[in-house]
Amino acid sequence: MFSFVLRRLASAVPTLFIVVTISFFLMRFAPGGPFNLERPLPPQTMANLMATYQLDKPIWTQYVTYITNAVTGDFGPSYIYKDNTVAELIGKGLPYSLELGFYALIVALVGGVLAGTVAALRQNSLLDFAIMSISTVGVTVPNFVVGPVLTLVFAIMLSWLPAGGWGDGSLRFLILPMIALALPQLAVFARLTRGSMIEALHTDHIRTARAYGLPARTVVITHAMRAAMLPVVSYLAPCAAALLTGSAVVETIFTIPESAATLCLAPSTAIIRWSWAQSS
Amino acid sequence: MNFSTPDGTVQAVKGIDLDIRAGETLAVVGESGSGKSQTMMGIMGLLAGNGTVSGSAKYRGQELVGLPPKALNAVRGAKITMIFQEPMTSLDPLYTIGRQVAEPIVHHRGGSFKQARQRVLELLELVGIPDPARRIDSYPHELSGGQRQRVMIAMALANEPDILIADEPTTALDVTIQAQILDLLRSLQARFGMAIVLITHDLGIVKHFANHVAVMRRGEVVETGTTAEIFEAPKAEYTRMLLDAEPSGRKPSPPDNAPIMLEGKNVTVDYALGGGLFSGKSGTFRAIDDVTLRLKQGQTIGIVGESGSGKSTLGRALLRLVPSGGHYRFERTDISGFDRSAMRPLRKQLQLVFQDPYGSLSPRQTVGEIVTEGLYVHEPQLSRADRDKRAIEALKEVGLDPASRNRYPHEFSGGQRQRIAIARAIILKPKIVILDEPTSALDRSVQGQVIDLLRDLQKAHGLSYIFISHDLSVVKAMSDYVIVMKDGKIVEEGETDAIFDAPKAIYTQTLMGAAFTA
Repeated sequence: MFSFVLRRLASAVPTLFIVVTISFFLMRFAPGGPFNLERPLPPQTMANLMATYQLDKPIWTQYVTYITNAVTGDFGPSYIYKDNTVAELIGKGLPYSLELGFYALIVALVGGVLAGTVAALRQNSLLDFAIMSISTVGVTVPNFVVGPVLTLVFAIMLSWLPAGGWGDGSLRFLILPMIALALPQLAVFARLTRGSMIEALHTDHIRTARAYGLPARTVVITHAMRAAMLPVVSYLAPCAAALLTGSAVVETIFTIPESAATLCLAPSTAIIRWSWAQSS
Repeated sequence: MNFSTPDGTVQAVKGIDLDIRAGETLAVVGESGSGKSQTMMGIMGLLAGNGTVSGSAKYRGQELVGLPPKALNAVRGAKITMIFQEPMTSLDPLYTIGRQVAEPIVHHRGGSFKQARQRVLELLELVGIPDPARRIDSYPHELSGGQRQRVMIAMALANEPDILIADEPTTALDVTIQAQILDLLRSLQARFGMAIVLITHDLGIVKHFANHVAVMRRGEVVETGTTAEIFEAPKAEYTRMLLDAEPSGRKPSPPDNAPIMLEGKNVTVDYALGGGLFSGKSGTFRAIDDVTLRLKQGQTIGIVGESGSGKSTLGRALLRLVPSGGHYRFERTDISGFDRSAMRPLRKQLQLVFQDPYGSLSPRQTVGEIVTEGLYVHEPQLSRADRDKRAIEALKEVGLDPASRNRYPHEFSGGQRQRIAIARAIILKPKIVILDEPTSALDRSVQGQVIDLLRDLQKAHGLSYIFISHDLSVVKAMSDYVIVMKDGKIVEEGETDAIFDAPKAIYTQTLMGAAFTA
């Protein structure tokens, strides 16, 4: 088992390498650069900046430097926050994203499995339709809509919870971003669970369990649920990744300071600046 | 008993009366769709969500129909237990058999799983699981079909029930295993004195096993009586029809000078085992081991054997559909070295009909499209009108209404679908047809019709058949030469009468002895 895990992890290395390479060259071949501003810098200043960040060297040299540094965990200086390195920015932001993402994952998993199981047990009932309709909404409405709506209702109209910020990191501050982040994933878990639960409840061994007079609780939890969890478990990994990346948007909406959001948005800021420069 | 469906309410069982007394075996017989299983499911509260039961089912004076779940759970699994048709899937794959047998004990008698373990060991011993102390911690997938059915029986006996309902308990098993399971049930009944309700379509089993018989048809009991009465003096016409549906008749051998159509010499087929990228382990499994076979014009060779004996693989090897060793000849052509494209023109002459009439027809094609598909490859010069004419001829020949060629397979019954599959084969005017269990998925009365059809077609077109089946009575009626296979080897071969009347090999004798021929 241990060697199996090691082998799977090892197979991620080439994939990562390819992804890093492609994104490096894509960024370099995109027109413009990190210092193209609305008003062009004087050529001498530009040349100095390029030299500081080693952007004047041939692209292959840049690539080799980048890769060798990246392996040791050094992602170079940030082009936007000029006093920080990229590693520092991640180090500051990641713990917030991780904590928020972890809570959101728990909420999505527990809530989704529960809702999906209830829907499966009451298949084609009003309750089933209600749960599935809500989860369709959950999947389709993006969290940059859910976030502000939650803020509007619970923070501004009802004043139950704070509208944003991290505060002292207590639960009060976490609830709204957590829900905004978890909702789409919760909906996915509910749909997955419902589907595989319905299938599991129709299997022959569930009929056996019922024929032997086992109470409904045992039939559902011990026998059906265990088989139905397989697709849910395999969705956990992509879900965790989605929560971590999705947290960038939610953290921005709820103005959680120094979060990974700033980091993620950095490249897009560069692109926006570049397109402004082109159009003007 | 009613089922509500999108097409309205379907009455599956229309008010039936059955009684069973302690120590007795009642057989409920009928063809598929007669409602024999649904009756028992209804009594046990196991109907699908859209089913409802009305009427009365009393166990020792206690009404079972409409009983609240808690009270019903006290009866089922304790006083009335069930075993099912599907031994492969009736056990939960995620728990050990020991835990599953213990479950009804723990739930009905209390105590812990640990305390129940000793009782489970005794039960596994009782039902003949070899080395129960080791097997108790096995998962279902580690056991064979026969062993899983034994585990189900252990589970059924765990609380010493008064009634054991056995729903086609041996249908999915090989004949030799079937005999062992039935013997086991009989000896356990003698020992514990429980009543057994045996649901089956197999009259051979009924005759050897039951005291009383109830014959069901379309949700109604058409006749009840003691086994002797039913078999010797059946009153209802339907019962008589069922009894007569046992395949009968013999096929004469072709003349000695008939030309050899297909020959396979020293056929071997190997399958690679394992060998995944990282699994390391690999090896080969010999599915067919040095088999030689000659098929003459107009001959039917029956290949019999239990599951895993290699009989289907042999059929595919002869048609060059699986990589195999040996020498092959079709008429006068040596086809040993032929690859796929070299074989293609010959495929017209060599056709195949499969076991599963539900899976082997594309659900998205009309019957006309299914039947004529082969013509596009083998006779591309035909016009649309010509193809249509050929389809009409072929459908007429297999006894289907040619007007049905614009309909889809799901509109047809199992027997009709098998006729469509046969039409698809004969439209190409083949010389050899390999029939791989063509009647196994069909009811006895439908089986008889398909067998008659195959015999008529053979006579009309001088076809040669290779008839693969585990059903000895069908093989007896269809073929003039029989090959008995076991573990990829030929155990015995010879003229049909010689094999059936005086089998020489011990394995053939066991096989014959295990098959209850009614």
